[in-house]
Amino acid sequence: MYEQISSNVRGSVLLILAFIVVIVGLGYLFTQVTGYPEILPLAVAFAVISSIGSYYYSDKIVLAMAHARPATKEEYPHLVNSVEGLAIAAGLPVPSIYIVDDSAPNAFATGRNPRHAALAVTTGLLDKMDRTELEGVIGHEMAHVKDYDIRFMTLVAILAGMAVLIADWLLRSFWWGGRRRNRGGGNPIVLVIALVVAILAPIFATLIKLAISRHREFLADAEGSMLTRYPDGLANALEKIAADTEPLEVANKATAHMWIANPLKEHGGWTNNLFSTHPPIEERIRRLRAM
Amino acid sequence: MAIGLIFIVLAGIAVLLLLWVVFTYNRLVVLRNRINNAWSQIDVQLRRRYDLIPNLVEAVKGYAAHEKGTFEKVTEARAAMASAKTVAEQGEAQNMITGALKTLFAVAEAYPQLKANENFMMLQEELSGTESKIAYARQFYNDTVMSLNTLIQTFPASMIAGTFGFTQHDYFAMEDVAREPVKVQF
Repeated sequence: MYEQISSNVRGSVLLILAFIVVIVGLGYLFTQVTGYPEILPLAVAFAVISSIGSYYYSDKIVLAMAHARPATKEEYPHLVNSVEGLAIAAGLPVPSIYIVDDSAPNAFATGRNPRHAALAVTTGLLDKMDRTELEGVIGHEMAHVKDYDIRFMTLVAILAGMAVLIADWLLRSFWWGGRRRNRGGGNPIVLVIALVVAILAPIFATLIKLAISRHREFLADAEGSMLTRYPDGLANALEKIAADTEPLEVANKATAHMWIANPLKEHGGWTNNLFSTHPPIEERIRRLRAM
Repeated sequence: MAIGLIFIVLAGIAVLLLLWVVFTYNRLVVLRNRINNAWSQIDVQLRRRYDLIPNLVEAVKGYAAHEKGTFEKVTEARAAMASAKTVAEQGEAQNMITGALKTLFAVAEAYPQLKANENFMMLQEELSGTESKIAYARQFYNDTVMSLNTLIQTFPASMIAGTFGFTQHDYFAMEDVAREPVKVQF
């Protein structure tokens, strides 16, 4: 368990560094090509400001999109007790608990830090899981809260957005022939490289973002099992979720990443794994059983 | 000129060392406070269980009034907890309560009307939740003790931990008494 946790954290750090390299590289190319370095800080500022706004209201937005309602102790005593117990195990304040009326079993956690966290489960999850499985799922979500994963993934999204923005500006400057200041005629090789990079960079940025998301899912699986000290609970829950063919009505591409199991049923292939926010369920189950 | 450079380098090293000491000391303090908090958290849950018991006894009495022996056990165990002085006595008292509650719930199995009673079901869920929370609180306490002990023992924090008065803490361990299966007596 401990080994998996540390290797996942290392992986996330490396991926973030890769990101920064991509962005710095892009920024450099941008200034080389357009000769307008002033635009860059403007674009970065725009990306950061727009992301900060969404970050602060992220939990309310997300809960509204999922049509979640608060869960009371009278209505759902076992759920509330389980969440409170796992919050004690994690040494965190108890998050606000919500219910999503949907028969597909799934759950998510949101909120920018543990004090402003919210945890939601579907009625389907409550119906179809037994105690240890439910606690496995809740443990996974508490691990997300503990790791500040929402904040982390927002940072990653900002980085990805910046990379895409810069690449976009780069491409546009080509189209509009914007080489205002000639640096001795302009180096054609640099221009070609810049063009290729500008086209590929958004793809790379997205791939890195998705790879990071998958890493954090594995990390949450491992840390959640640390909380419950029972990895089989979550493994059994994931098996049940994988076998369940019902689609989650409230999910769509925008919110897919935050649910515990990818609610969008995609059809096989290796490209699927590269472009997915979640690791393949079989691999998650395999790692859990191996703990 | 060269002496000035050496002086600056030494000063820089001294500042970094000082920062490291401050950082490590703060980390030790945070962990020790977390341990005290975790210990109190265990007590909070034990207290909650203690408070729930009279309600449970009343609920069961309503349907199974003649199970006197069971009720007496529960009351005895609860009294033992109130009067326990040493840590060992407290541990024993907690075990007594656990055993008495198990017996009580086992007895309740024979009374289907009691089992269907909403009040009883709520108390059952509350007590089960509290037992889980006691276990989780102990787990968190032990996890935090492990973090502090590891930090104190490993280099380089081990160099300053003793100076600042940070000692290793004991894990919460179930007494040998508890390793035997809990008796359920009818």
